[in-house]
Amino acid sequence: MAEIYLIAYDGSDTAERALKYGAERAKAAGAALILAHVLEWSPYSFLSAEEVAERHKRRKEEVGRAETVILDPIRKKLSAQGLSVSTEVRYGHIAEVLCEMATEFKATQIIVGRTGEKGLQARLFGSVPATLAQVAPVPCTIVP
Amino acid sequence: MKYSLAALAATATLARPAEASIADTIDTVFANSTGWFVNLIFANLPGTGIPWIVGWLVIGALVFTFYFGFIQVRAFGHALQIVRGKYSDPKDAGEVSPFQALTAALSGTVGLGNIAGVAVAVSIGGAGATFWMILAGLLGMASKFTECTLGVKYRNEYPDGSVSGGPMYYIKKGFAERGLPLGGFMAIMFSIFCVLGALGGGNMFQANQAASQVQSVLGVPTWITGLVLSGIVFMVIVGGIKSIARVTEKVVPFMGGGYFIVGMAILILNWDMIGWAFGEIIRGAFTDTGIIGGMVGAIIQGFRRAAFSNEAGIGSAAIAHSAVRTKEPISEGFVSLLEPFIDTVIICTMTALVIIITQQLLIDANTGMYILDANGRIANAEGVGAGVPLTSAAFGSAFGWAPYALSVAVFLFAFSTMITWSYYGVKAWTYMFGEGETKELVFKLAFCFFIFVGAVTSLDAVIDFSDAALFSMAIFNIIALYFLMPIVKRELNSYLLRLKSGQIKAYK
Repeated sequence: MAEIYLIAYDGSDTAERALKYGAERAKAAGAALILAHVLEWSPYSFLSAEEVAERHKRRKEEVGRAETVILDPIRKKLSAQGLSVSTEVRYGHIAEVLCEMATEFKATQIIVGRTGEKGLQARLFGSVPATLAQVAPVPCTIVP
Repeated sequence: MKYSLAALAATATLARPAEASIADTIDTVFANSTGWFVNLIFANLPGTGIPWIVGWLVIGALVFTFYFGFIQVRAFGHALQIVRGKYSDPKDAGEVSPFQALTAALSGTVGLGNIAGVAVAVSIGGAGATFWMILAGLLGMASKFTECTLGVKYRNEYPDGSVSGGPMYYIKKGFAERGLPLGGFMAIMFSIFCVLGALGGGNMFQANQAASQVQSVLGVPTWITGLVLSGIVFMVIVGGIKSIARVTEKVVPFMGGGYFIVGMAILILNWDMIGWAFGEIIRGAFTDTGIIGGMVGAIIQGFRRAAFSNEAGIGSAAIAHSAVRTKEPISEGFVSLLEPFIDTVIICTMTALVIIITQQLLIDANTGMYILDANGRIANAEGVGAGVPLTSAAFGSAFGWAPYALSVAVFLFAFSTMITWSYYGVKAWTYMFGEGETKELVFKLAFCFFIFVGAVTSLDAVIDFSDAALFSMAIFNIIALYFLMPIVKRELNSYLLRLKSGQIKAYK
């Protein structure tokens, strides 16, 4: 069975490093890539009445922007290099969504960049790579 | 900022020269110009002491309760599961969740009605008013269910993804669908009263109570609070500074939670009195405790304040809920039926218990009757006015710092309710006059002006007018609900069948 790498990609420097690492391995192993762009979202946050009314519109805008600005250019670039690439935009708790997607797409590996959260924030909320290291359903590579 | 400074300056020059006399003048003009309307809405049923509009709301709630077979009981557990996200499709993540729909609508209802309205109810109607308030809250759940289901079913969706909905839309489209006449007329009438309700209960009442609380605790004159509130609301709804509203929407739920926790703490500290307090509530609900109007007086006050607080049957929540994208109108109705429960049965009851338990209401030890003051209200321990000051005194008698915290809470609650109601008002306004920035601006400017008016006028004139305007919305809304409830029933039966067959499936 072919390898499938699930790479968390948000256009940041750390995500670029993870992508570069994943793309190189994929070329060597003949693996397919899935680029996941996950927008942090909690169904239990509070919205005002007006935000509720505008939410669907905003979501469409957010997904559109993620696809055209962040995912499309990189997909074209990688496809041109002969890689099989698909992209996904999802909402939710980032680590949880990545785990769900890994199962859903039968990914054989998750690749994320090390975000480098330090201090209180990391202690209180943890970081995406740290959470993945603990709960990922498939092997997880954390790229520094 | 440019806008707000101009507005502040403009209003300040009006107010400063002789603040007291101007406040008095506004007050008199206000009382004189709205008196006839108030009298019409609160006219008693012939031969009784019951205002017809209160009977109207209660009968409506009773009809919906029976027609939908006590839906508030049957669907309660399912509603909680929906809010927890059990039936939310993970693919819809990023859309408004049922929890967010619930809290957004609650931010418009949980607020001063729970703090001030309850105090007014018990200071006129005695402890017994609480019983009728709870009953009205429970019945109101069925009204809310009906109107919010219709709100979602008949909303307008626009190509850009935005949504407009509410009673004016379901009255017009629903009547047309059933081949009934006068839909367009009733929708306009509802919109007129919705605009008045937004300016009254959703605005002046809030400003008035916030200003009087800030004055009694911090000594700030009411016109200053009026100007400040007016200025901030102006910045948000006209100046488009959304960050203020966003901050408030995030803070208010914690305020609500904090209010509940402090109230619970007072009840727990006085746990030995809780039995007595419930005894008082029952005694007051079914016997004459010396209040004006006797037992009927308690019923009227309880029902009036419950309706004002949870807005069931008024139609406002349908405007908020219709903005939510859901495939099932019924599931939105289920979510909304939790609102009167949280608002009235839990939070209002807690306020009433705190006032009763801290013995703010003076009772003649010999006769067991309430002692009335010159205005026919029940005299209270601190000799303060009805409304927020009474609740404040009750909380203050347990915790010295509570009135200060309450001032902050009142201010924020007032602000968030105003923001929510300005949205309702704009929706009704644009229904009548069409969408457009200039048209919205006219309403928004009027809205800010009435904040100031509300802050400086006397409590009675403002409360009466806000009640009257809010209740007038219910006249047309409930007529429409009677005609459209078979549609809701069809939806409900289909939903329940599909839930049973597993077609509507749980994801978690």
